Amino acid sequence: MATVQDLPQITGVKNIPVEEFYNSGHRTCQGCESALVMRLMIKAAGQRTIVLGSTGCMYVANTTYYSTPWVVPWMHTQLGSAGSAATGTAAGLASMMRKGKMTQEPINVIAFCGDGGGVDMGLSAISAALQHDEYNLLIICYDNESYANTDIQASGSTPWGANTTFSPTGKDIRIMNTKQKKNMAPMIATGHPNMRFVATACASYGLDFNNKVRRALTIGGPTFIHCIDPCPKGWDYDPKYSHELGMLAIETGLWIQYEITDGELILNGPSRAIAKGIRKRKPVEEYLMRQGRFAHFLPEDIKFFQDKVEETWEKWWIPGLIPITPGQDD
Amino acid sequence: MATVKPRLYEESKEELISGSEAVGIACALADVDVITAYPIRPYDTVMQYVSRLKADGAFDFDFIIAESEHSQFEIVKHASAVGARTFSGSSGVGWFYAFEAITVTAGLRMPVVAMVGNRALDDPGAFGVEHNDAMAVRDLGWHLYWVATAQEALDMALMAWRIAEDPTVLLPFALSCDGSFLTHSQAIVQVPSQDQVDRFLPPYKRGTLQLHPDNPITIAPQVNEDWLMEIRRQTDEAMRRTSAVIRQAHEEFREIFGRGDPSPFIEEFMCEDAEIILVGMGTLAMPTRVAVRRLRAAGKKVGFLRIKFFRPFAAEEVQEALGDAKAVAVIDRDYSYGSPSGGGVLFHELRSTLYPLDKRPLMLNFIAGLGGREVTVDDINMMTETAQKAIDTGKIEQETTWVSVRE
Ligand SMILES: Cc1ncc(C[n+]2csc(CCOP(=O)(O)OP(=O)(O)O)c2C)c(N)n1
Ligand code: SF4
Ligand SMILES: [Mg+2]
Repeated sequence: MATVQDLPQITGVKNIPVEEFYNSGHRTCQGCESALVMRLMIKAAGQRTIVLGSTGCMYVANTTYYSTPWVVPWMHTQLGSAGSAATGTAAGLASMMRKGKMTQEPINVIAFCGDGGGVDMGLSAISAALQHDEYNLLIICYDNESYANTDIQASGSTPWGANTTFSPTGKDIRIMNTKQKKNMAPMIATGHPNMRFVATACASYGLDFNNKVRRALTIGGPTFIHCIDPCPKGWDYDPKYSHELGMLAIETGLWIQYEITDGELILNGPSRAIAKGIRKRKPVEEYLMRQGRFAHFLPEDIKFFQDKVEETWEKWWIPGLIPITPGQDD
Repeated sequence: MATVKPRLYEESKEELISGSEAVGIACALADVDVITAYPIRPYDTVMQYVSRLKADGAFDFDFIIAESEHSQFEIVKHASAVGARTFSGSSGVGWFYAFEAITVTAGLRMPVVAMVGNRALDDPGAFGVEHNDAMAVRDLGWHLYWVATAQEALDMALMAWRIAEDPTVLLPFALSCDGSFLTHSQAIVQVPSQDQVDRFLPPYKRGTLQLHPDNPITIAPQVNEDWLMEIRRQTDEAMRRTSAVIRQAHEEFREIFGRGDPSPFIEEFMCEDAEIILVGMGTLAMPTRVAVRRLRAAGKKVGFLRIKFFRPFAAEEVQEALGDAKAVAVIDRDYSYGSPSGGGVLFHELRSTLYPLDKRPLMLNFIAGLGGREVTVDDINMMTETAQKAIDTGKIEQETTWVSVRE
């Protein structure tokens, strides 16, 4: 396995690097948390990094010809190709370095994809990439819970009942999207026995995300991070609440912050406090009712949603495979 | 630590090998860095061969068994962007499964070399050769070449990297090899020495287009109507430039390796003074040459023109070769349902090529050998007779004929 860069854990917000490698020039919506994921990701990874980006908002809105925000080398990849882009880039570098055609050096390879590109279309390519123990690569799925770039259509990662342009609320059918959001990170973790690091994250907890990126890039082999990204356009709320919604997703227990290192599950942030009983989960209604995409919900829909959250916390975590450790106290 | 490059062939020597093995040896001689594989008949014999070379320590490369053809081609596209020499391939529906990746490979100017083991596009299930699979890239900026022998497969694979990676070209190269007839049939092949190959094939250098932290470029930003037309135009110009690059490479190839037709684009067989010229691609050259030789012996003025490069298409050379014929009979191992006169793709290309001539030959089209059905000497005789009848009567009774098909 190729050597990795020296990227120590960041010990506090004051120690976050000041350099920006994702700069002005992008054209994402105000309050776009996915754009913040990009910025935090590359801040943590640093300059000796190649970034590959799948089609989606983080390509189309981000990388307009002549005004790219990327200071690091960046390349587009096809909608379902985050896994293949990471594999091809890592393989090309590894082969040439081994054969003496390129200077030996650990170069970070990060491929990102949206939920449409990763949770749906690119799932098989991501899965295949994560089997390559011989390459160091990180795949980040930024999940804004819809095919946002094409006008907010339901994906396999859209929550039950959400109003999208493919699942509108109509006169006859109130709940068009009857699918449950896929459980992506556990699916990845359980399905790839040799992977050393899988995590969930949220840009509202920037330092946590920074450090997860660094752990992913330094542990060796293929790694995966799944981020939940409030999207003002798709979720229908005032952009100034993006951060708050990200926090609410976790505080209500809907999104769970964790990392799985060598098969051991550790909860982070509010999720850990909830699991330890230090903190109570907020009712999911607080989160749902802040967003236009759930405005059509009746009390029974909110209850249905709440019941699913209860079920998640009480009945199943990652069934059968991973011992749960609440994590150390601060 | 950099490894020492294994040297497979110190001396040039003869080997009894299949077309797929010939391409596999070319991969090793070219010191390819990344190869991606996915199983589908008949092309995958080349991947079985290179994986064996790797297992035996004869050839050092990163071998990735992709989980689909789409990934196969995406992976080599990205490896090519960081400067790695790449090889991939597919057949039939596998090639189509990869089509999105294949399309952008040309759009991004990545000089990936791919072997297409031509296969019918099932359903209904069929393993045999048809040219519609490879043909689908003809408009996209891929070089597209039809091979006739195992020797040519090896030679053209080496040519492929040389041409595709030329800094003035940077366009991918599809090496089309007829399923079974070429991929699986063995023939004596003169394998060149590593020294000869090293003299002919320079390393792949992307220069300022290489994706690397020392060269932090953004590849494939969103351009829309602002710039797309200019970028398409650049690809068009690269495709125009490649003809001269091909000629130059061909000349040097002949010098270093001591073999090769006079033209890299076409092969003329007994075309001089021919009144009827048959035109075709790939391995049907064999029965056609046999038939033409016999017809010549019987005093008939018949010739055969083999189109080697379908892209770029050497229109002027083809006009020159066919301009004096009275009738041209085009053999298509492909179909284009609903096209003008229901003709095949090659036929339309030829008819369009000859249209500007003052004196145009009569043109007939024969759809033959689909799904791997054999094209026989008798079939070629029938085509020649039909062309002769058209010359005698000055009339074409039927523009497109499906050959030896049950009615
Ligand atoms: C093969 C293919 N199918 C469809 C599209 C159209 N398309 C472009 S962006 C996009 C949305 C992708 O959604 P997601 O991955 O969630 O990213 P987001 O736009 O939400 O950031 C789609 C469907 C495409 N580019 N390629
Ligand atoms: S639609 Fe959503 S994901 Fe896309 S740019 Fe706007 S806020 Fe970001
Ligand atoms: Mg999305």
